[in-house]
Amino acid sequence: MTDAEIRAVALATLLSIAPEVEADELRGDRPLRSQVDLDSMDWLNFLLGLHEKLKVDIPEADYARLVTLDDVVAYLQSKLAAQ
Amino acid sequence: MIEFKLPALGSDMDEGTLLEWKVGVGDTVRKGQVVAIVDTSKAAVDIESWQEGTVHSLIAEPGQKMPVGTVMATLLEAGEAAPARVGAGDTAPAPAPAPAAAAAPAPRRMISPAARKHAEEKGIDLDRVTGSGPHGAVTLDDVERAVAGAPVTPVAAELPAAALEQGKPIDRTADMRRTIAAAMSRSKREIPHYYVAEDIPLAKALAWLQAANAARPMPERLLPAALLLKGVAMALQRYPELNGYWRDGEFQAAQAIHLGVAISLRQGGLIAPALLDAGSKTLTQLMQELTDLVKRTRAASLRSSEMSQATVTVTNLGDQGAQAVFGVITPPQVALVGFGRVAERPWAENGGLKVLPVVTASLAADHRVSDGHRGALFLRELNDLLQRPEELEK
Repeated sequence: MTDAEIRAVALATLLSIAPEVEADELRGDRPLRSQVDLDSMDWLNFLLGLHEKLKVDIPEADYARLVTLDDVVAYLQSKLAAQ
Repeated sequence: MIEFKLPALGSDMDEGTLLEWKVGVGDTVRKGQVVAIVDTSKAAVDIESWQEGTVHSLIAEPGQKMPVGTVMATLLEAGEAAPARVGAGDTAPAPAPAPAAAAAPAPRRMISPAARKHAEEKGIDLDRVTGSGPHGAVTLDDVERAVAGAPVTPVAAELPAAALEQGKPIDRTADMRRTIAAAMSRSKREIPHYYVAEDIPLAKALAWLQAANAARPMPERLLPAALLLKGVAMALQRYPELNGYWRDGEFQAAQAIHLGVAISLRQGGLIAPALLDAGSKTLTQLMQELTDLVKRTRAASLRSSEMSQATVTVTNLGDQGAQAVFGVITPPQVALVGFGRVAERPWAENGGLKVLPVVTASLAADHRVSDGHRGALFLRELNDLLQRPEELEK
């Protein structure tokens, strides 16, 4: 998968949880949770959605690496590459 | 003959509008079965029957607004014969479900929060958007089609006459604001609140949770919120004066612990449906039910038992919240437990200083029922329980 494809999956997953998000206004290099109101359950559901769509396991210990949308895309790319 | 009445769905509800019958005349109704969908100022709620029987007549009509306690339908008990028919106009207990009743369309427009927001931003008149969702609900796609200039059908033609008589669609946000205003004003007017707070170190609890989650598949992962809720339920077992209702000038302790969980809605406002019998559930069960409850609350798909039965409320600000919260009690309940954000803080212990994850737990309670000393002991008990997370699992 290309980065763009992964980003599209991540955005679609995010929109299913936070429908009010304007994808165009989201900055990929800024902390996601400062731009979108996601509580801990929303966040878990977001990761669960990615897990289901991309078949990637995301251990809790890796949460700290997932701050921005760019981080999420890079992380998923590395996980997919390692499979 | 059993009279099926509109139940109160929380202290802040005094009327509801029937949206749809889920049963027809002649249908057998089980205990706990959803028989109707009723709109309240906060949400559309699935109304369950608490009795068994066969539907004899459906009295309330979709679109009808009625006060709590109104007889909506009658059921025949098992073995009970239908009363003799008086005239031709009487409702006959037909053996087959009446399709007309079951298929009655929702008279009021259901509009998804995302669709409403999008329409506001784009200046789309929702009255002119055709809903393609369940019961004609207007979805984000519908609004987007309208934005794109796709043909929009004036919706009036498709709505039953009952809806037109109701006038304009209900503005859910304004209604919810009014409902919260009424309940909270009553609370502050009638309930002499006292407040106590306790900082609870969570290093042990979170380490335990992390280890537990590492061994679980992703869909079964636990959130700290589940641990906090279980802790509250277990602590309440020893402080029954915080769990129940103030009614008719006296306290009535509740037998079970039904935790009302304050859930904020993305479009604003909040609902506090209940996690039923939280004290007797395992952590895994509680987490599953919490996930399900949040999902259904946000999708506006709650059951009447969840809306009416909370015996105490918990508000958890979560990791994006403030440090502490001092809540307003939901009448006729007598206590509210609040959790602020879990954050690392300096912690003095045994003459030393360290940095630990800490949460501030607070209790707002009704001084007519309990005193600050007991309230403080309750928080101490909660603190103790959260230092032994493995005991909260069962």
